[in-house]
Amino acid sequence: MVATRKIKYLIIGNSAGGIGAAEAIREVDKAGAITIVSDEPYPTYSRPLISEYLAHPYPVEKMVYRQSDFYEKNKIKTLLGEKVIQVNPDKHTVKLENGTTLVWQKLLLATGGTPIFPEMEGNRLKGVFTFNKLDDARAIDGFLNQYRNRVRAVVIGGGLIGVSVTEALLRRGVEVTVVEMKDWVLNTILDEEAADFEAQALVHAGTNIITGHTAEKINSYLPGEVSGVTLDDGRVLSCQMAIIAIGVQSRLEVVAESGIKINRGIVVDRRMATSAPDIYACGDVAEAFDFVYGVNRLTPVWPNAYEGGRVAGLNMAGKPAKYQGGTAMNALKYFGVYIASAGLVTPPDDSYQTLINRYDGIYRKVIIKKGKLAGLVFAGDIEKSGIVYNLMKDGVDVSSFKEALVADDFGLASLPESIWKDRLESSPPEGVPVITSIEKPEELVIGD
Amino acid sequence: MKKVYIKEDVCIGCGLCEVYCRLKHSRSKDLVKAYKKETPRPLSRLRVDESGIVSLSVRCQHCDDAPCIGACLTGALSRDPSTSLVIVDEERCIGCGTCTLVCPLGIPKLDTAQKKMVKCDLCQDEEIPVCVANCPNEALLYAEVEEALT
Repeated sequence: MVATRKIKYLIIGNSAGGIGAAEAIREVDKAGAITIVSDEPYPTYSRPLISEYLAHPYPVEKMVYRQSDFYEKNKIKTLLGEKVIQVNPDKHTVKLENGTTLVWQKLLLATGGTPIFPEMEGNRLKGVFTFNKLDDARAIDGFLNQYRNRVRAVVIGGGLIGVSVTEALLRRGVEVTVVEMKDWVLNTILDEEAADFEAQALVHAGTNIITGHTAEKINSYLPGEVSGVTLDDGRVLSCQMAIIAIGVQSRLEVVAESGIKINRGIVVDRRMATSAPDIYACGDVAEAFDFVYGVNRLTPVWPNAYEGGRVAGLNMAGKPAKYQGGTAMNALKYFGVYIASAGLVTPPDDSYQTLINRYDGIYRKVIIKKGKLAGLVFAGDIEKSGIVYNLMKDGVDVSSFKEALVADDFGLASLPESIWKDRLESSPPEGVPVITSIEKPEELVIGD
Repeated sequence: MKKVYIKEDVCIGCGLCEVYCRLKHSRSKDLVKAYKKETPRPLSRLRVDESGIVSLSVRCQHCDDAPCIGACLTGALSRDPSTSLVIVDEERCIGCGTCTLVCPLGIPKLDTAQKKMVKCDLCQDEEIPVCVANCPNEALLYAEVEEALT
């Protein structure tokens, strides 16, 4: 079955990237047919909220990423619960699992990422889960609801997903052990000191953290069910469930035989265009420009997916746009501990300079190379982190005021006047009526 | 739409803008209670940054390209089509701080007790934002942005 009518814009993926693109397309082209295909059966929802959902009570309606009239208002057709199995760049078609072929003029691949699922003994047992999408949270929720007694879980992997599921499980009264292969949790996004803020909060909340070890196999005493996890040193952790959270990889299967250039993800240029004409990619599946490294890299975070999608959408609709670049960036608030990080978190060699300040339970660190910022970590208080992030993003030479960036009283006024003037609206346009203070002191509350 | 402009050369960093902002967002509308008693503690949506003789009264600028909207993990931040202001849907905000990390002014404030971000709405229910109305030195100006005139 071949659909004869061409879809002007076909978007595969209904999350941050796909929605960013659809919104951008509609800014430029009010009428061109947009279709979004997703193998998830839900209207767009916020993936990061799945841990809130699992933690309870959190209604699924509050997870919507866009209001319920979003698709209708933007004249977007959706094919939800439909899986694309193949992309054919030459014919400008995609094939769905249900046999349908769709013909498109411009295609966006926003297929996202999928959990890495290692070949490990016991990985198919009942009680083994991943934690990446709403259905995963639902499955874990269903599993927990069967138990009246306290459940024990082993979370394999102490990255973002591992810590995020741990927080939710703890809030459900589950006893959790996190097994992290490297020396500290969240090691890809935090340095050891900031990660320790998080580790202490995890331990304080009752988590058992094991670092420097990996899980070798998942054990089963009752047929088909998880009974424990064996570590590489032979230790056995008894549990009823195991969450595999060792990482995420790009979902590349739809383009596997398409000839589109792939590295670890789909390689895109600064317009978010792939090597094939009229095909764009963004989000966790795309390897786009990283402004810290100066090369294309996977930076699988939500804000970059949206921004990349937006740039792709504008270009698809014929309005030239350039991706300024993204980098690894995360703001965390697990267990009420606020941490923000972006770019590098530990200097890779001694050509980098690191500045650190610690005061009143607050930790601030910036990493500088040749006068330019290459990374930041703010823990304990993340306000004003955006000022530093944007200096890094804009490639500003910070040599003359670098110490101020980590100072206790850091703020916009600590920057050179030319920079803060540029960022603030300091004078109204000429000729407009200006309102200033009301000169009626008797109305002031102070002095009443 | 109107915006608040700062006249930094006459700002003396007295902080009354912060005081009135906090008062405005308190439930009691009583200064002593707002600062000492109310729980959760009301927060000022603006911030006064100081260095040497420079003091800047900083608040959300409702930027045209508002990076916070695109970065928001939950879709809680959006632009109000009628007022052009960047607004937050407190129901959907989880206070993750991603907006704070991408804001060039680092201005989104996190209410850690409520687990929400709070932001300036230019006092929509007032004729003039309270920070402007109560600035003793006329260092804050409230004026129409140019685009609206042309």
